[in-house]
Amino acid sequence: MIRKLYPFPTLSVFLLLMWLLLSGFSAGHLVLGMVLATVLPLGTLPFWPNVPRLRNFHKLVLFVLMVHWDIIVANLSVARRILGSPKKLRPAFVEVPLDIKDDFAITLLTSTVSLTPGTVSADISADASRMLVHALHVEDEAVLVEQIKQRYERRLKEIFEC
Amino acid sequence: MDIVIEYITAIFLLIGGVFALIGSLGLVRLPDFFLRLHGPTKATTLGVGGTIMASLVYFSWSEHTLHLHEILITLFLFISAPVSAHMLAKAAMHRELKYREDTRGKPWKQ
Amino acid sequence: MLETAIAIAFGLFVVAQLLNLYRLLRGPSLPDRVLALDTMYVNSIALIVLYGLSSGSKLYFEAAMLIALIGFVSTVAVAKYMTRGDIIE
Repeated sequence: MIRKLYPFPTLSVFLLLMWLLLSGFSAGHLVLGMVLATVLPLGTLPFWPNVPRLRNFHKLVLFVLMVHWDIIVANLSVARRILGSPKKLRPAFVEVPLDIKDDFAITLLTSTVSLTPGTVSADISADASRMLVHALHVEDEAVLVEQIKQRYERRLKEIFEC
Repeated sequence: MDIVIEYITAIFLLIGGVFALIGSLGLVRLPDFFLRLHGPTKATTLGVGGTIMASLVYFSWSEHTLHLHEILITLFLFISAPVSAHMLAKAAMHRELKYREDTRGKPWKQ
Repeated sequence: MLETAIAIAFGLFVVAQLLNLYRLLRGPSLPDRVLALDTMYVNSIALIVLYGLSSGSKLYFEAAMLIALIGFVSTVAVAKYMTRGDIIE
């Protein structure tokens, strides 16, 4: 019953929090937020691809914190490269084979890659088995691939167990 | 206490401004489109994030309530920036834009 | 103290906007111009937040939020148009 009413519990909680953040906390908004948190997931149910179940909530929190830290480090290194001579840059397109199969996890991985160290995800192959990454400056492609796989993909795999 | 909050706000503002400037500098200086993509997606997002953090600290203190409103903008920018970068990169590959000759590897055919 | 910091931040963001404007006018390709526009809307969010800080009003927050939402949708729509020649297939 409760499963039927709330097909995506995490999404519902998230929507309620968003609503309270947006309109301020009061009893009325709490009720309205709860109604929205129930109605919106039900209304959009047909559009959702298969969303993997979240297995490890505390690992997700750790992952988010780690990504934030990486974003700060990435920005410092990118800033240094932009201010330095563009001639010294060694850009490259790098292909990264993907182990995770789930659409949602791949989306998270590409977003993470785009936000962190000098890399932007440029494309995903049609069968979702490879990802194309453009790097601002890379000495050794194999090291970059290994870093993306070890640091982000492995963790996402643990979080969603897919 | 006032002075501490003012300093924190000021530091966030300056960090934000400097990063946004570096992002735009990258947009102007770097030689090809794929390289230019790096500046705005990272530096500018962090720059705006810094400014918004400053506003959050300042209003939380001046109104004596936790003012988490602003976090929503940062959150949204962090979700949307990689997506628009990805879409623009795809568009650029589709149009077969030139990239610097010493770039290793090749973009995919679209 | 805070006024000075706000003024400096305004200056930094305005210079950033001018650099974006240069890239927007200069091109050379369409994706370059769209990228410049994308950066401009993100920076304008910061300018609005700064203005709100300097005038001590929270009202501008809603405007900043709206620009963030609309800017993202328009960038994605234009990028999609450049790849497919169509926005909704």
